[in-house]
Amino acid sequence: MKLSHIIMAHGSGGLLSQRLIEEYFVRAFAEHQVPWELNDGTVLDLPPGKAVMSTDSFVISPLFFPGGDIGKLAVSGTVNDLVACGAQPLYLSTAFILEEGFSLDSLREIVKSMAHTAQQAGVKLVTGDTKVVERGSADQVFINTTGIGVIPPGIDYRPGRIKPGDRILVSGTIGDHGLTILAQREGLRFSTPVVSDCAPLHEIGQALQPFGEQVHCMRDPTRGGLATVLNELAAQAGLGMYIDEEKIPVLNAVRGACEMLGMDPLYMANEGKMVIACAPQVSQQVLAALHKVPVGQNAADIGEVVGQPQGMVLIKTVLGSERILAALEGEHVPRIC
Amino acid sequence: MDSILEQLVELIKAETIKCNIMEVCGTHTMAIAKSGIRGILPPNIRLLSGPGCPVCVTSQGDLDAIISLSEQTDITLVTFGDMLRVPGSHGSLQEARSRGADVKVVYSPLETLEIARQRPDRQVIFLGIGFETTAPAVAVTVQRAHQLGLKNLSVYSLHKLVPPALQAIFADPELQVDGLICPGHVTVVIGMEPYENLAAHYHKPMVVTGFEAEDILEGIGMLIRQLKTGTAKAELQYKRVVRAQGNLAARQVLEQVFTPVDAAWRGLGIIPDSGLDLKPQYASYNARERFHIEPGNIDEIPGCSCGAILSGKLEPEQCPLFGKVCTPTEPVGPCMVSQEGACAAFYRYQPLRRAQL
Repeated sequence: MKLSHIIMAHGSGGLLSQRLIEEYFVRAFAEHQVPWELNDGTVLDLPPGKAVMSTDSFVISPLFFPGGDIGKLAVSGTVNDLVACGAQPLYLSTAFILEEGFSLDSLREIVKSMAHTAQQAGVKLVTGDTKVVERGSADQVFINTTGIGVIPPGIDYRPGRIKPGDRILVSGTIGDHGLTILAQREGLRFSTPVVSDCAPLHEIGQALQPFGEQVHCMRDPTRGGLATVLNELAAQAGLGMYIDEEKIPVLNAVRGACEMLGMDPLYMANEGKMVIACAPQVSQQVLAALHKVPVGQNAADIGEVVGQPQGMVLIKTVLGSERILAALEGEHVPRIC
Repeated sequence: MDSILEQLVELIKAETIKCNIMEVCGTHTMAIAKSGIRGILPPNIRLLSGPGCPVCVTSQGDLDAIISLSEQTDITLVTFGDMLRVPGSHGSLQEARSRGADVKVVYSPLETLEIARQRPDRQVIFLGIGFETTAPAVAVTVQRAHQLGLKNLSVYSLHKLVPPALQAIFADPELQVDGLICPGHVTVVIGMEPYENLAAHYHKPMVVTGFEAEDILEGIGMLIRQLKTGTAKAELQYKRVVRAQGNLAARQVLEQVFTPVDAAWRGLGIIPDSGLDLKPQYASYNARERFHIEPGNIDEIPGCSCGAILSGKLEPEQCPLFGKVCTPTEPVGPCMVSQEGACAAFYRYQPLRRAQL
């Protein structure tokens, strides 16, 4: 009899475990060209340069959403963390925690999506693990990915290199992912559908590489949104930031829906965007380079780094009034008024 | 900035009239802070925040009753996200949830029907918080539950009405409010008539506005024009959304399900006929009766100025706890928690000039 759902025996380490791994994982990742000999680990050849390692766990609900799924997200999330460090992403590991009763068809979809996204991003999935927990001990499926990449010579992205006068760029529209998930989770329908921006951003890394040390720092504004990441960078750099609200790209549909719900797009999560600080002399060329890649076509220059006030982000509102753009505190929930 | 907005800003910047304008709605409070409207107003025009944040005006006694209700083992409490973090006298719903209380957050009260259907073994209570904007959907939920014969669903209604609160503000001799920016969303439901009556009775100008910076600025301009000419009318700026007669279907469903009752407001005390409770024919869906809920005392949290802030007597920064002991991550009072609270708005969207002081 063919099983349609995960049962506890899939995690026993016995025959069913082996079959799960071979049928669902090894087969999907066959094109990754690393011989999956099912050893206890994988031996890697790394090019010269500094290696970067990053890890992230994905527990999103719903598992499938417009523009992506937990598999695509799990690969993109870790790839993007490596890209933000200036690294070329090379290898990924993944670990699945599966809830008893989880649909094997969904698992197949998710793994397929991971393999596809990894291939797109040019990373190889080289080792993995699965565990099964009793019904109720996890919410369907949790995925961890860990990635390794290598920083090409001449690249050094970190907050400590941000300088007064630097331009601040974002690689595209803000808040798409957060709003998509909220709408999907709560069954909200908008006349203009909004799609998650979830995507691997290796092309942004490649587009910035020619600018070498002129690019000072890069970070992906995921949870907490753009406002929170700008605050993190300002605090870590010990500098201020001056942002022009009108320059921040936000889709009309996202802006409208956020207004309706009483949310602020600047605090909504993104899964396919980067915030970049670069020297003012190259900012126009960096912007032009971003516009050439599909994931950067709506990139915009949104402001500049200033010496004072330290650790603070200031924003010029549409009225020309200035206020502080604070980091997200607690949860961002819709209004009821 | 487009030229119309620019002209509006220049006109208001140059105004010399001295006046206190109150924005009643919490969404206006947030929009004003976010767009930095206070930053462009001349010092002679003061903007006060009013009692328009539904979570904030819920009395401490009602909050405590809710939280202790949620801790009963067979109860699932369903509510809006904004309620979770509001501090009661002994912790918040969020803390009760971490101790095992079953608290579910929804965006629409109608989701409660499905929750009740899926869990026939549990008593599912929807906590009705909000003004005339949220109450109609709760009324429909009660009617549907009745049609479906759902015996395990009930509603704890703490809904409040805006016009009686406005009357309380005008009647308060301590408060010198010259004009009101009235809530656009509430007016979509109730229409203009309640404001027309209040404007005539208290001879104060009122303008119902939308929520964009332009809407609010235009509303302020309309109020100033009335004040200068000595008129006191209820005017509608939010014409693209509000109909003068309101939403008749929504008003009808409110009348079918709810009846006005006296209600306790944080900061304003007990206001006659300012709350909504279920009508006797829906008594079997009334959580108050099913669970014999008695509100606790309505004393405020020691040291907290939320009451004074909600009635426009204090500005958030005048509270000694603001930004020091009381922050959005560790709130003392509800105005610092809610997405519509004046303290949260002042804290999150702090103008630059204040930060430099």
